[in-house]
Amino acid sequence: MSISAGTATPNVELGTAVKRKHRTLWGDAWVQFRRNRLAVLGLFLLILIVLGVLLGPFIYRVDPKEINILDASVPPSLEHPFGTDDLGRDMLARCIYGGRISLSVGVVAMLIAMIVGTAIGLFAGYISRLDNILMRFTDMMLTLPQIPLLLVAMSLFRDPLRMRFGLEMGAFVMVVTIIGVFGWMPTARMVRGSVLSLKQKEFVEAAVNVGVRNNSIMWRHILPNIMAIIIVAATLSVASAILTESTLSFLGLGFPPDVPTWGSLLYENRNYMVKSPWMVMFPGILISLTILAINFMGDGLRDALDPRQRQ
Amino acid sequence: MLAIPVLIGILFITFVLNRLIPGDPCRAMLGEKATDEVCDAFFKRYGLDQPMIVQFGYYLGRVVTGDLGDSMRFGRPVTDMLMERLPVTIELALLSLLVATIVGVILGVVAAYWQNSPVDLFTMIFANLGVSIPVFVLGLLSAYLFAVILKDTPFSLPPSGRLTAGVRVQPIAVAWGMEDLSGLPRGLLDFFSQMYVINGAVTLNWKLFSDASRHLILPVIVLSTIPMSVIARMTRSSLLEVMNLDYMRTARAKGLNERNVVFRHAMRNALLPVVTVVGLSLGGLLSGAVLTETIFGLTGVGRTMFDAISSRDYGVIQGFTLVIAFTYVAVNLLVDVSYAVLDPRIRLS
Repeated sequence: MSISAGTATPNVELGTAVKRKHRTLWGDAWVQFRRNRLAVLGLFLLILIVLGVLLGPFIYRVDPKEINILDASVPPSLEHPFGTDDLGRDMLARCIYGGRISLSVGVVAMLIAMIVGTAIGLFAGYISRLDNILMRFTDMMLTLPQIPLLLVAMSLFRDPLRMRFGLEMGAFVMVVTIIGVFGWMPTARMVRGSVLSLKQKEFVEAAVNVGVRNNSIMWRHILPNIMAIIIVAATLSVASAILTESTLSFLGLGFPPDVPTWGSLLYENRNYMVKSPWMVMFPGILISLTILAINFMGDGLRDALDPRQRQ
Repeated sequence: MLAIPVLIGILFITFVLNRLIPGDPCRAMLGEKATDEVCDAFFKRYGLDQPMIVQFGYYLGRVVTGDLGDSMRFGRPVTDMLMERLPVTIELALLSLLVATIVGVILGVVAAYWQNSPVDLFTMIFANLGVSIPVFVLGLLSAYLFAVILKDTPFSLPPSGRLTAGVRVQPIAVAWGMEDLSGLPRGLLDFFSQMYVINGAVTLNWKLFSDASRHLILPVIVLSTIPMSVIARMTRSSLLEVMNLDYMRTARAKGLNERNVVFRHAMRNALLPVVTVVGLSLGGLLSGAVLTETIFGLTGVGRTMFDAISSRDYGVIQGFTLVIAFTYVAVNLLVDVSYAVLDPRIRLS
């Protein structure tokens, strides 16, 4: 994909300022990203899923909570594309509604993990005094076994939060916080690594020499330069947050069963799998597809944004 | 060494969790009708009237002497339950790790050797699928496939439990005619007796061995998928990196055939990072075991933990969290050490 060649050649003989199309990091990355077929496929799938979940309720106007015992456990048909569950609730509508919750849990938990991870990584990398203690703390968090601790934390904080924020919102706050709090460590490590190497660069030295304060150097000079790796980490972190949420819900410890998320749909329907597999199949496929799409995209983004890893 | 502070941290966390439990421990243990005097005596007896830090000291002392408390639900010491259930998880996790490592390395080598070929693309899509499908989805779907769709065919596999009804298990000590053995050796033998596949193998009980293995096939496949995918990707990228180094060109230049170049020269270096991944996935296997055991109805550590949380059996939660965390830390330490053993560059610096 030559962007510059066409316009650059005619000017060579003049030797004057060569006017060529301005290339930005993002433009470059996009060109690179498009070459990765799996990444584009992932992006396409993800857009499809997000659009479906966001616009779905406006097109497919079925109430996900409406119980219709006469239509219970109906296999997929034209009327109910994903079938119905044991209470006759429409599975497609529940999947759409559940997708909204699952995806927003993924995004919000990712934001928490990114903010904490970036801040800790930045401080550890830039302020040498803090490096050791912050990184040992990060290592400790990484050594802790996640799922058992998540389970314990969930069972401890579930009731107080429910009291405070109400059933659905309380569960959301808790799930998101806990996933975020247990998910920032890889980001912190990556951020610290690149901050350490950026700190040695001339532009930071220049900033120090003209008297820019440490705070500004960290947030205005270094942070923009590590944006690329943060974005990659953020993408992959959405996937793992969605996965963790569905795991928790599947164990019955995330959202209460009457709030459909992809994970809790699996949880409440797993006992009907033998007789009516569609109740389990569709949420399962949706979770897997979403995570697969995000992972493909994340890999593509990494190749596109981090030129050192390009082959 | 990071291990010591982490262990103390974990001890502290489990201790604090125990204190956060809502409710009065005295009336939880002795019943609602316990009078204040009885409760005062109770507090005194268990040291609950002491300051927190002193209590933490007591707790440390008990843990060091191997007393993890009792299960309120089953009325048995937590250590007894551990002796019975830990082997189930260890067996499952180790078998899964074995499968994951062998298959993962083979897939990775194949993908790297034929880089950018359809084989490579296929393997990598497979590996990506492996990390994307949640353990429980894979578990439910494979149980459905092998136990429902393939029922009454030679390929059907049992979807839950550890043994078919009627298959008998004998403790190894009994099978070996060492019933009068006692103390630690007996304890160890009983521990291994709980791993039915090993039990069947060492006591030459073919029926037990084959039945236990058949029950483990699905859980092992499900549990090994994620580490397998991670190992395959790691092997591929690390082998590709090594293949471009100068000494590989030297090896080819001096006339070695391709097989020797790859297996003797490239693999040795390429497998180093893979060792780390293998070790680290053992920790992930413990987490995955919660799901796998729940789906396939195996009473291992994960399942027990999950049940304890649902029924608020805090003694069990505390004890099991502690043991899982210890295992995790020990594995991490082992990985660090093995890395130094395998890579002279780390040892010397």
